[in-house]
Amino acid sequence: MSFKKLLMGAVYTCALSVASAAGAAELTVGFSQIGSESGWRAAETSVSKIEAEKRGIDLKIADAQQKQENQIKAIRTFIAQGVDAIFLAPVVATGWDEVLEEAKDAEIPVVLLDRTIDSKDDSLYLTAVTSDTVYEGKVAGEYLAKTVGDRDCKILELQGTVGSSPAINRKKGFDEAIAAHPNLKIVRSQTGDFTRTKGKEVMESFIKAENGGKDICAVYAHNDDMQIGAIQALKEAGLKPGKDIIMVSIDAVPDIFKAMAEGEANATVELTPNMAGPAFDAVMAFKKDGTQPPKWIQTESKVYLPDTAAAEYEARKNLGY
Amino acid sequence: MTSTLPGRLSFGALPQFATLAAVLLANWLVFPDFFDLRLQDGRLFGSVIDVLNRGAPVAILALGMTLVIATKGVDLSVGAVMAICGAVAATMAAADYSLVAILAAALAVGALCGLWNGFLVAVLDIQPIIATLILMVTGRGIAQLVTEGQIVTFTHEGLIAVAGSSALGLPMPVVIALVLGLALAALVRLTALGLLIESIGVNRTASTYAGVDSRSVLLATYMISGLTAAVAGVIAASDIRGADANNAGLWLELDAILAVVVGGTSLFGGRFSILLSLVGALVIQAMNTGILLSGYPPELNLIVKAVVIAAILVLQSPAAGRLFGFLRRS
Repeated sequence: MSFKKLLMGAVYTCALSVASAAGAAELTVGFSQIGSESGWRAAETSVSKIEAEKRGIDLKIADAQQKQENQIKAIRTFIAQGVDAIFLAPVVATGWDEVLEEAKDAEIPVVLLDRTIDSKDDSLYLTAVTSDTVYEGKVAGEYLAKTVGDRDCKILELQGTVGSSPAINRKKGFDEAIAAHPNLKIVRSQTGDFTRTKGKEVMESFIKAENGGKDICAVYAHNDDMQIGAIQALKEAGLKPGKDIIMVSIDAVPDIFKAMAEGEANATVELTPNMAGPAFDAVMAFKKDGTQPPKWIQTESKVYLPDTAAAEYEARKNLGY
Repeated sequence: MTSTLPGRLSFGALPQFATLAAVLLANWLVFPDFFDLRLQDGRLFGSVIDVLNRGAPVAILALGMTLVIATKGVDLSVGAVMAICGAVAATMAAADYSLVAILAAALAVGALCGLWNGFLVAVLDIQPIIATLILMVTGRGIAQLVTEGQIVTFTHEGLIAVAGSSALGLPMPVVIALVLGLALAALVRLTALGLLIESIGVNRTASTYAGVDSRSVLLATYMISGLTAAVAGVIAASDIRGADANNAGLWLELDAILAVVVGGTSLFGGRFSILLSLVGALVIQAMNTGILLSGYPPELNLIVKAVVIAAILVLQSPAAGRLFGFLRRS
């Protein structure tokens, strides 16, 4: 018990000293980040720091190590410090009402990043900045439809983990986009669990099942990692991904840019790690003259092509992906 | 006991080989080109080769797992150890160390992990399932530390060749699995080690009283399991030219245990067969590849797998054996 008190004391002392040091900055924002679950998450953290620096904002990041109770503690600490705004990347969707109520009572606006929460009361947060995963799939499908044109095209699909929401949504969006083009047809679809190893294994089987790969026109993968595995499998079978086979995937991680620069992939749809930038802008406008942002700020799902790949790779490789 | 290997194959191995044949037949039915082989760039190419190649990591894990299970233990940490050793290998490859140094380091780390498990089980007498659970849970964290949370990729020719090259037309992982399997079978059957492992599995206390140094034998067994996990981890990293600490070897400990069980080794320890565990690993991979080739929607993957495994285990159960015996007599 006394140890816990000691610890709490230490936390508050730290908090106070940080708060006083931050007095010079214009705005102070506390960011309760989920933890280092994936490369994308690490990139989101680094980009948030860069975006904060650009705007002269003092950003405090609390790593929750994938635990909701740590996130709630972090939010309470931020409230006690009297930060100007709180960013929350919620690890789960439920159980936030009480702590967000506390933030509301303290008149600290909360912005949700990347994921949303289940709550009847949407006044608990200022806005949510997330990507639309259905739209990502749609962008990928539209890119493919445009590139292929009128010729018949057999598509192989590498799905994400069965039942996960990005897998369901990225499939849905892609299906919607190609529905208007009867010449585009998904002939095989299997799950590669979002990993390189499984992406490679599934593609090896697809190649055998589709006449040694001669009939394959395009590969659509729900994430870049599976696509990187698939590229290796195609190359080992003597095929030419990126040239004879159109390779399109989603996420825009650094390694896919490397593959694009080498001519082995054709396009990737970005799931931007820059969720904090639009959130900062919304908070700054709100603080300045009370401008209410929309309840949902959708990030851009931009298509990247090989022409910018080398430069994008250089820009991204140190973001912690 | 040591001389019964050929006898055991001809007599007790029938269910395992029959199972493998049945799964291969099913694959041929859902995909008629299953047995097609062609030569490309001096290496064989075809679905059967995929089964062997993709099954190699689990087969290698199953080698070590067989010995551990024969001592009435279990090693849940092999998937995590794969991730650690793959992370070590990839990080060193990215820093351009020589292949010998990379392999030595990865194997040393694997042996160390095995030694830790062995220490918990043999010296502290912690139940194997709990003892190895510790490393299963923390191992991925250790691997994350090694890779600093990123997927470390490399272009190291030597390390890529571990999974990417071929010998006698076969992919290198298959050759490695075969050589390791033969070496391990020779180690346990041409020496008394296999007998000692079986006796510990049947009754550790009695074996210790009979003069078996069960502590050392258990330590050695878990170290062998750590080493085989290291080999599998290096192969997995070499295969994708990178180390993915989150996903490398994920759930493979369960596949390895399943391979051993399908191979007929009892979880209650005692009698074991390394060769049949390899057959068990092939059965599992043949089924996985068959599902991929069949074109069924991925939502069915786990259901098909569960049904097949349930059928195999029912056919191999003692009750089914009694039924067959009764039918043969009457």
